[in-house]
Amino acid sequence: MTATQAPAGITNSLTQGRLHPRTPWVILGLSLTAAAGIISLISAATDAPFSLVGAIALGVLFYLVMIVVISRQVEGSRKATDRFVTALVTGAFLIAMTPLVSLLVTVVVNGSARFDVQFFTSSMRNVVGEGGGAIHAIVGTLLMTGTAAIISIPIGLLTAIYLVEYGRGPLARAITFFVDVMTGIPSIVAGLFAYALFALFFGPGVRMGFAGAIALSVLMIPVVVRSCEEMLRVVPNELREASYALGVPKWLTIVNVVLPTSAAGIATGIMLSIARVIGETAPLLIVAGFTTSMNYNLFADRMQSLPVFVFTSYANQGVETQAYLDRAWAGALTLILIVMLLNLAARLIARFFAPKLGR
Amino acid sequence: MSATEATEPTEATEQRTPIRAKQRLGDIVFSRAALISGSVILLILALVAIFLVAQSLPAVVADPGDFIGQPASLWDYVWPLVFGTLWSAALALVMALPLAVGIALFISHYAPRRLAQLLGYIIDLLAAVPSVVYGLWGIGVLAPAVLPAYQWLTENLGWIPFFAGPVSGTGRTILTAAIVLGVMILPVMTAICREIFLQTPVLHEEAALALGATRWEMITMAVLPFGRPGIISGAMLGLGRALGETMAVAMVLSPQAIITFALLQSANPNTIAANIALSFPESYGVNVNLLIFTGLVLFLITLAVNSIARYIVNRRKDFSGAN
Repeated sequence: MTATQAPAGITNSLTQGRLHPRTPWVILGLSLTAAAGIISLISAATDAPFSLVGAIALGVLFYLVMIVVISRQVEGSRKATDRFVTALVTGAFLIAMTPLVSLLVTVVVNGSARFDVQFFTSSMRNVVGEGGGAIHAIVGTLLMTGTAAIISIPIGLLTAIYLVEYGRGPLARAITFFVDVMTGIPSIVAGLFAYALFALFFGPGVRMGFAGAIALSVLMIPVVVRSCEEMLRVVPNELREASYALGVPKWLTIVNVVLPTSAAGIATGIMLSIARVIGETAPLLIVAGFTTSMNYNLFADRMQSLPVFVFTSYANQGVETQAYLDRAWAGALTLILIVMLLNLAARLIARFFAPKLGR
Repeated sequence: MSATEATEPTEATEQRTPIRAKQRLGDIVFSRAALISGSVILLILALVAIFLVAQSLPAVVADPGDFIGQPASLWDYVWPLVFGTLWSAALALVMALPLAVGIALFISHYAPRRLAQLLGYIIDLLAAVPSVVYGLWGIGVLAPAVLPAYQWLTENLGWIPFFAGPVSGTGRTILTAAIVLGVMILPVMTAICREIFLQTPVLHEEAALALGATRWEMITMAVLPFGRPGIISGAMLGLGRALGETMAVAMVLSPQAIITFALLQSANPNTIAANIALSFPESYGVNVNLLIFTGLVLFLITLAVNSIARYIVNRRKDFSGAN
């Protein structure tokens, strides 16, 4: 009998040293403190303000070096690489968080200055300096987005039903492919399309809310189709077969079995698609134009919308610059609130009204 | 049944009809409606192409001297814009792709399971922010914030052509626009990478771990080879979105009709979409057709990029890029 023995040169990973689970956190804390100390020393020496971003960046750099060196000594090079990548990947997530947090904070801070009753009750008609509001833009946005939704939801939902329940062969494949391609149409091209279409009937220089709605629905239809299709495919085939076995016609099966089962998912998809188009600026800038007055008529004259209001307030600053900037930020805050609420509501519907498919 | 069929063929045809499902009016109407709305989508896409071509023809045949700025030819006007579009989108992609893969890996393989879905939602919130708000943020926050870094780059790395001086005084350069674009295309790329990383066969992952691989080795051996088509198509979709993004670029960039690779100077090439958005409201006559022609060029570029991306995605039917 010879004793089993590991050949020389191969280390046994089970007996190899390991860092305590808390060690990386301790190292991270130490590196951040050290970096903060160095940065504050520098800022004291050069009279520059203390830079939080610089301190964090330097601290993370310290951490990367420290963890690799220590882990290499204790655990070997493979584990050190693993720890290095873990730090990088986590860092990637945190880097992506920075613009989101910064953007939200900026919008809330700058937007709250004019986020008042007057902003929601008055339009910009005859306003040159302070005051004024965005009610004309909010009404325009609601009218155009609503019209786009009325056009897009039936077409999108029926197309999804066609693809899932009826579609076979080359036509269904073509529709699937082109819906995917349509998702990638630049919004400005959708605006140009609506302009070209309406210029044919009303002559060049046409601006009207309905054209904006058409441009929005070009952008909205593919999103509705994709999300509804996904939801309809989730409905188990057993439900359809049970319905057929009871002698229910196909269209009644779809209306009474398939659609109610996927209703929550469809509602979620539709709300997300509305959230997507409600912030579109470029097509509305082109075909709906911008104005300072209220316009309830979709079929005549220019119509303001909230995203375009934000843009024009910024781009055409009057004599009192700050008043225009404040209104732009307040518009941005309103817009973000609407989009976030739509997103949140959609997620909540998906979570609480999802069909219980499990047994 | 078969006996009667054999003896009396005329009656059999009558008997076979009841076996087929009864044609109900509701069924016919419903399936036709579904079919028509499916075809409407194809029609819309065809109309988009037809109208863009029809409205841009006047610009093709017009005398270039009638155009705003009086370029020597149509292509002299379009080419700098095409360059700016491709250049800014490529810059955004270079910055965003490694981040997107990292975030997708973090959500799929590093974050605690319970947090993973929530973190995915948070990244999706980046996609929910309207582009005009990104534009405001880009001018108000990002451009001043990156200006010191730009100054440092031109002073210390100015010998690299990309970072050649003199530095822009406002920070509203093509690099800033590309950073904003990169943030905007992160969510779509992350979503696709995440989706395909989660579909890596668990047995492959467990086999790698059982053989003693560290987590990173498991990812390089099992997850990344499996996910490569997903990463590629995610990158293409992100590129398509960056090419067509309008308002953020229009607001952040201070443009000129030039071609330059310098990232930090005050003269920057404009993009097609931003040029349309800025010039369209004041355009008249043949200049409108000229802008529509540039829109057609943009449409064709994004169509090609998206088709390639979809082709790669569709080779693997298991996952789709949408949502």
